[in-house]
This record gives sequence, structure tokens and C-alpha cells, in this order.
Amino acid sequence: MDAINYDTELRRAGAYSTHGWRKLVFLARHHALGTAGLIIMTVFVLAAVFADVICRFSPLDVDAAHALAAPDALHWMGTDSFGRDVWSRIIHGARISLAVGIGSTALGSVFGVTIGLASGYLTGWVDLVCQRIIDILQALPLLVLALVMTAALGPSLQNTIIAIAIPLIPSVARVIRANTLALRELPFVEAAKSIGMSEMRIALRHVLPNTLAPLIVLATAQLGSAILTEASLSFLGLGIPEPHPSWGRMLSESAAEYVRTAPWLVIFPGLAISLAVFGTNLLGDALRDILDPRQRG
Amino acid sequence: MFAYIARRLVLMLVTLIGISIVIFVLLRIVPGNIVDILFAAAGYVDPSDKASLERELGLDQPIVVQYLHWIGGLLRGDLGYSYVSEKPALDEILPRIPITARLAGLALLFSAAIGIPLGVISAVKQGTRLDYGLRIFSLSGLSLPAFWLGLLILMASVALFGTMPIFNPNPKTWTEAIAIYCIPALAVGFRSAALVMRITRSSMLEILRQDYIRTARAKGASEAAVNYRHALKNAMLPVITVLGIEAAFLIGGLIVTETVFNIPGVARFLVEAIRWRDYPIVQNLVMLIAVVVVLANFMVDLLYAVLDPRIRYTD
Repeated sequence: MDAINYDTELRRAGAYSTHGWRKLVFLARHHALGTAGLIIMTVFVLAAVFADVICRFSPLDVDAAHALAAPDALHWMGTDSFGRDVWSRIIHGARISLAVGIGSTALGSVFGVTIGLASGYLTGWVDLVCQRIIDILQALPLLVLALVMTAALGPSLQNTIIAIAIPLIPSVARVIRANTLALRELPFVEAAKSIGMSEMRIALRHVLPNTLAPLIVLATAQLGSAILTEASLSFLGLGIPEPHPSWGRMLSESAAEYVRTAPWLVIFPGLAISLAVFGTNLLGDALRDILDPRQRG
Repeated sequence: MFAYIARRLVLMLVTLIGISIVIFVLLRIVPGNIVDILFAAAGYVDPSDKASLERELGLDQPIVVQYLHWIGGLLRGDLGYSYVSEKPALDEILPRIPITARLAGLALLFSAAIGIPLGVISAVKQGTRLDYGLRIFSLSGLSLPAFWLGLLILMASVALFGTMPIFNPNPKTWTEAIAIYCIPALAVGFRSAALVMRITRSSMLEILRQDYIRTARAKGASEAAVNYRHALKNAMLPVITVLGIEAAFLIGGLIVTETVFNIPGVARFLVEAIRWRDYPIVQNLVMLIAVVVVLANFMVDLLYAVLDPRIRYTD
């Protein structure tokens, strides 16, 4: 029987990688898919930030002479019916998608945490009212509520962020509320109360930080949903207005009409949306496995 | 149990009233109304004509009066008139419901038929390359926009058959019926299938860790008997819950898919009504969706109590 090399086994289990770069490398190796998701999202973020540097053309430059040009050395992903460079529009579209995705997720999380924390910590009539508001918001699918909100607020970048943020609030509020209800019964909260700490301080300094792990997992998943919803709204013509380049509207402009003649107008924007959402899903799954192994699936 | 049902019915009513108020108010926050849109293309219009039309459509009334008028009509089965077509809203909505219902039913069927077997295989082969491949496949399914999948299907249809499927409410042949309904349903159901696969896998893994499964193996039961006779039955409960909830939330995918395939269903009609600020249609369609979602959630909860005797809804 082979002798067990304890050093090797401990190293494999991560016993020597407890902090700093070693821990990051250990996590990256044991969550390869999550690392891939992180790389994908990092590429998108960098592309969005340095869009003006990596794009040869402006996304708004019209060149009728080169309309519907197939991908070539000059236009890497071809051009659309107005002669606009598709590569430039996709890279600049990343700015829009990420801005809407991150903005609406952050906004939804802020309100969701506030409602969930108040609902779970204060209970009573506050909980009753908050739960009814959440029930109302959750009774409609995300896209339907976002559609009505967009129609109500009007088409603009800020309104699209708000329209998508509001349907995201219930999920966050429910998760935070569930965690808060469990945490408020723990001895450390009782101890804080006994030394005369105010309810607000206990909720913010002690309860809230312990609810962050599931919030991070949920927010990462919601980022993907937000990007998809923005693309869907833009595809339906109710999202980001011109002249902002939007992946969803690029697909709407090229729908059915150019499927036969210019398939690159369908393939590349859709690929961009799918890759961005795929990256957030991979990252979200890995974060869930790291932060809350009980939810591993 | 009856007390639980009564309480849920009251909460459902409160939720639906809340949704009706939210939707009604949201649609009237926007400056301008259908009259502005109808007159926009006409250039200069006599303000008295505009005011007269607003009076005729009841848009000059206070918002509370308009709301009560709408709710009163709903309770009587009168959904009002479409501002655009001037036909009764019921006449516009009713013929579209069976089309969307057929698509939704087929989409659910596909999601169960694809998602459940793949989820079982992924769970049984946990940790293998097949499992990783299927997990990536399911994540891809969750990432693909339904409208892009629809457009890719149209591309494939053009490339393979030289034509796109054109909707016909009365298909003459089976192949035509399959092309018209099954292809869009597949585009909608693919995402649901990915979700069902993940839930099935997660649920199966949890069941396979149970002591009674270990006992069954110790008693000499075959892997097939363990997986399908003992584990799968118990793993189906959360899956049925998800399928029930997805039945209502499929509308999001149907909205974009009906638009891509040009299908005259309820979902696409909602988008058109929103663009035209056709308030009666939008309000009624959103309430219809809300009723379906709320009822679906309620039925799923009741079904859960029926299927799992350990669950009893008591005070």
C-alpha cells in the first residue's frame, strides 16, 4: 500500500493557500469555469473602457458606399445597412450593456437590501407592507414589468436602468429578509442590544455584513438577467434610444430582413450578448460555490 | 388547509388590486396619451377636436374615476375598447390567447422533455466530462437570448429550406403545423429547458446523498432502479414547482419570440399596444398575465402539498 504523502494532500486541499495570491491561485485552479467567467467579464469591461482606443471607426460614422459589407480586413465584423462598422458598434455597445447591467443591478440591490433589511429586522406592520409590495412586483415577469416601466418613463439610458432595476428589487429583498430573520435571533445581536446599541446600528453594522455573501451571488446572477433584459427591450424598440449603439437594437435592425443577405448582422451582436451573460453565469456559479457551498448544485 | 387556501385567496386579491393600481398609474405618468399619437401624424389639429376625442375616450376624467370605471368594467366582463382599432378589447385579445397558449404549452413540453433527462444524466454522472459538458450546455441555454435563438433558427431555415416559416393560424399539414408552432416553441423552451436541467440535477444530487438511497444500493438494487425508481420520483417535486412557475414566466420569452416569428399572439400584441399607448389593451393584457402568474404560483403550492404528504399548510 502506498504511503500517504500528507504534505501533497494538504497542499491539494489548499491548507497552505490561506491568503493573498496563493489563495487566489488556489481558488482559480479549483473553480476553472468561474475563472473563465471572470476573464470573460474582465475582457468586456476592458473593451468597454478602452473602446475609443481599440475601435478604428466611430460607431456612429455612416458610410453608404460600404453598406452591408461582409467581414474583411478593414471591417472585422462587416458593416450594417448604413455602412456603420459592426465591430465598433459591438465594442461601444458593451459600454451600454455593462452600464445598464451594473447600474440596474446596483440600484436594485440598494433598494432591495433596504426593503429586505427593514422588513426582516423590524417585522410587524413594516414587514407586512413590504411583503405585499414585493408580492406585487413579483407577480409580473421581469420583461413585462420592465416593458411597462420603460413605456411609462420614456426611452433613455437612465430610464432603462430604472425600468430594469425595479423588477430586480423583490429577489434581493426576499434573500436579505430571509437572512435577516435568521440573523436577528443569534446571540451576537442579542448581545449588541443588551449593551444599548441602537436598532439601526445593529442592523447596519452587525446584521447587514453577514448577509453580503448571498447578495453577491444573487447580484452576479442578476447582472446577466439585466443585460438580457436590456437587450430584449432594445430589440423590441423600447430600450436605449439612438444614437447609443445597443446590441439588442442591432439585432432588431437586422431581423428577418438581413438574415439571408448579411448573416453577420445577426451572428455577432447575438454572440456578444450570449458571451456577456454566459460570463456572469459562470462567475455567479463559482461565487455561489465559494461563498455558500450549501447551495452547490 | 382550508384556512391556508382562504388566506392565500385574500392575499392574491390584494396582490391583483395592487398590480392594477401600479399598472394604471404607470401608464398615465407619461405625458401625452393615445390622442396625441393619433393626431401626431396629422400635423396641426384643432385643439377642440382633440379635447372632444379625449372626452369621448374618457381621458379627461380624473385618474381615480378612470380607474374605477376600468375596474367596474373588468368585474362585469367589459374590458373597454381598443383606442387604435376601436373594437372591443375582448374581441382583440380573445382570438390571440389560444395561439400564445399553444406556444407556451409546447415550450413547457420541450423544456420538460429536454431538461429532465439531461438533468438526471448530469446528476448520475456527476464529476465526469459528460457532467461538465451538460452543465456548460445548460449555462449556455440560460445565456442565449430567446430572440437571437429565433433569428438563428430563421437563418437555418433559410439556409436549409430556402424559406422562412410563415405563420398560418390553420395549418393544413402536420409538417406545416410543426414548422409554425414547434420551431418558435423550441426557441422559447430552450432557456426553460436549461433551467429545468439545473434544478433536476441539483435535486437529484440531493436525493442521491440520502441514507435510503445508500440502503437501496446496499440491498443490491441496480443503479437503474436506484436512480429511476427511488431517486427520480422524489427529485421531481422541485422540478414540478419550477415548471409550474415557468409556465407563467414564459411570457417574457414569448414576447420576443412572437415578434421574431411574426406570430399574432397575446405577447406580441402587448408590445404593439405599449408602442401605441393603447391603454385598455395594455392594462387588460398585463392584468391577464398577472392573474395567470398568481394563479400558477397558487396551484403549484397546492400541488406541492398534494404530492408531498410531509407538507401541510396549517396555521
